[in-house]
Amino acid sequence: MVGLMDAIFLQILNGLDKGSAYALIALGLTLIFGTLGVVNFAHGALFMLGAFCAVTLNGILSLSYTTIDPSRTDFLGKPLKVQTPYVEAWFGPEIGATIIQWSVPLSILFAIPIMVAVGLIMERGLIKHFYKRPHADQILVTFGLAIVLQEIIKYFFGANPIPTPAPPAFAGSFDFGAWLGFAPGSIIYPYWRLVYFAFAIGIIGVVFAFLRYTTFGMVVRAGMADRETVGFLGINIDRRFTIMFAIAAVVAGLAGVMYAPINSPNYHMGMDFLVLSFVVVVVGGMGSLAGAVLAGFLLGILESFASMAQVVALLPGINQIIIYLVAIIVLLTRPRGLMGRKGVMED
Amino acid sequence: MLGLNKKDTSLFLIVVGMTMFAPFILNPFPETSQLAQFNAGYPDLMQRFVIFGIFAIGFNLLFGLTGYLSFGHAAFLGVGSYAGVWMMKLLTMDVIPAIFMSMVVAGLFSILVGYVSLRRSGIYFSILTLAFAQMSFSLAYSVLTPITNGETGLQLALDDPRILGVSQVDGSIPPASIFGIAMRDSWDLTLGGWSFTFNAGYYLCAVIMILAFYVSVRIFRSPFGLMLKAVKSNQQRMNYTGLNSKPYTFAAFVISGMYAGLAGGLMVAMDPLAGAERMQWTASGEVVLMTILGGAGTLFGPVLGAGFIKYFENIFSKINDNILYQWFSGLPESVADALVFVIHPFIGKGWHLTLGIVFMLVVIFLPGGIMEGLRRISAFVKKRFSSSPSSNGAVPSAKAAE
Repeated sequence: MVGLMDAIFLQILNGLDKGSAYALIALGLTLIFGTLGVVNFAHGALFMLGAFCAVTLNGILSLSYTTIDPSRTDFLGKPLKVQTPYVEAWFGPEIGATIIQWSVPLSILFAIPIMVAVGLIMERGLIKHFYKRPHADQILVTFGLAIVLQEIIKYFFGANPIPTPAPPAFAGSFDFGAWLGFAPGSIIYPYWRLVYFAFAIGIIGVVFAFLRYTTFGMVVRAGMADRETVGFLGINIDRRFTIMFAIAAVVAGLAGVMYAPINSPNYHMGMDFLVLSFVVVVVGGMGSLAGAVLAGFLLGILESFASMAQVVALLPGINQIIIYLVAIIVLLTRPRGLMGRKGVMED
Repeated sequence: MLGLNKKDTSLFLIVVGMTMFAPFILNPFPETSQLAQFNAGYPDLMQRFVIFGIFAIGFNLLFGLTGYLSFGHAAFLGVGSYAGVWMMKLLTMDVIPAIFMSMVVAGLFSILVGYVSLRRSGIYFSILTLAFAQMSFSLAYSVLTPITNGETGLQLALDDPRILGVSQVDGSIPPASIFGIAMRDSWDLTLGGWSFTFNAGYYLCAVIMILAFYVSVRIFRSPFGLMLKAVKSNQQRMNYTGLNSKPYTFAAFVISGMYAGLAGGLMVAMDPLAGAERMQWTASGEVVLMTILGGAGTLFGPVLGAGFIKYFENIFSKINDNILYQWFSGLPESVADALVFVIHPFIGKGWHLTLGIVFMLVVIFLPGGIMEGLRRISAFVKKRFSSSPSSNGAVPSAKAAE
């Protein structure tokens, strides 16, 4: 029998990893909205691109050549074909195998330049032309872009989810039950999810520190508050906003990279997360970075609480709709969201 | 005629003509020719043209006139479908109660959604409607399974009561019909190499679409429509002049939801089953695509967009590499290989990629959709042919630019 306290604790933990993903995507969305004033429906696609960076690197590192080992035979009695990954041939079997196993964390390095490039191309090539157009047009064009990106991924990677394992060092689970004094084994939590949560906190911390403590960040914050005045001071604010767009793309991409071992990436994962992330942004308050992060974790945890057996028995179906329900209530009672600033998209 | 001005009357007559003679228009190629695969004149596809036409006309009444972008319109269609199937299960296989009830239920549901969603506008409105649609979608899959039959979808069964009709005829479910004419009844006409199919279900849908189109024209030209356009152009100014815009947008929302319900009811009348996937937000996205592609805010654009998407979805999905090689058989093999390699990602299952690209291009370069494109072409042609070669200078081009 699982006690109430540890059940609650388990749900909080369960909510953290989804909440981390929501928070990271919502943070990027808010950065883009706060700087460029653009509603980016393709942000989920960037999350998905990140996940597929991990898939791609995993595939590249696993590229193998085939040799025939005449001394052994397969079950048909023919000489055994041995697949040797190139990295194992180059760096020796042990280091090579380790590199392949650690492909997901390595993908971070691989994904950053790709996401920067994607972000810059997207902003300069497409979004730039939509600053002055109505929000509906921005939604529509980025919605189209999201379809195109996900169909391209579907063309190259197929429609099935692709399992991407985490390094074996994080393969097990951590027994919170024993650690916190509950019954051992009552709360077990995979190490990788802890890593994901820590990673998300790290990224969020870096982004906030960057905005708060660097000159660049200060200028960007000034530009978010009053773009014209910053422009009058002779600062090329557009260029900085473009860079912020790239940063937002990187944040979404890295969230995707690290999420790949939790849920096998498929081509429509971006859309699934996008709809919820928008709800998160709205609940947090359009244009408020802290609000987006807070609402992301809050809704993630709330969602996992709603999936508790006791809650579902009381209110059937609540786990499916809780996030939307909260969004509707927040929008109607507190239109500005939890931490929305005054005057941002208030109508 | 019928309270329409001259221009609208001619547009209306064109629509009537096109829908009534669609079996001919959509089957321009003889059965035996290579091009027969481009024919679209078979009942199933024609029904989809007009049903999605109705859906898009309704969506356009909201988005095109008021500028409120709903991302959850498919929910009304789905709710309508369920209501329709239930009518067929409980009352009779006659489609009239089914269609009527799907409109009523979708209307009631849109009153609920609209009442809440319309308190906000802009992107908040989009997200609220999206949230409602996703909620209905999730609930249809989980808690509401007794009503919706969950993942299997709601279907007719032999032991349904059908208190006004019969449960079964000779051990099978009776066909959906209207006054005894079954929806699937067709009459084939063969003329030389051509064969045309006239389907009872299609003609029912077509007549209803004509009515729906007529109503939408009347709404566009009415003082009510003018109010809605005012909401789109500047709601704040409208409020300052002392007009409360809420009832107008609310009415538009409900009317538009009823159109979606009507489309759902007709879908059921043609094929008596309903599934939750009809309510998913991708389905809502599709009607947005149709309306924008055809031309939001124009009378005929949404119908055109619906037809365009449904036609090319059908054609593109059918083309495969073999067919491409047949087309390019006159070219050298290497050129044909290269062409097929380039085209391959865009056909068959890649149709959505093509659609996404076309949609992006339309939003970027032609915000008015196909209708805007047609207008530009006709202006260009007029300029070319009306001006004499000597005066082909600055003045006409300036006119065209207006």
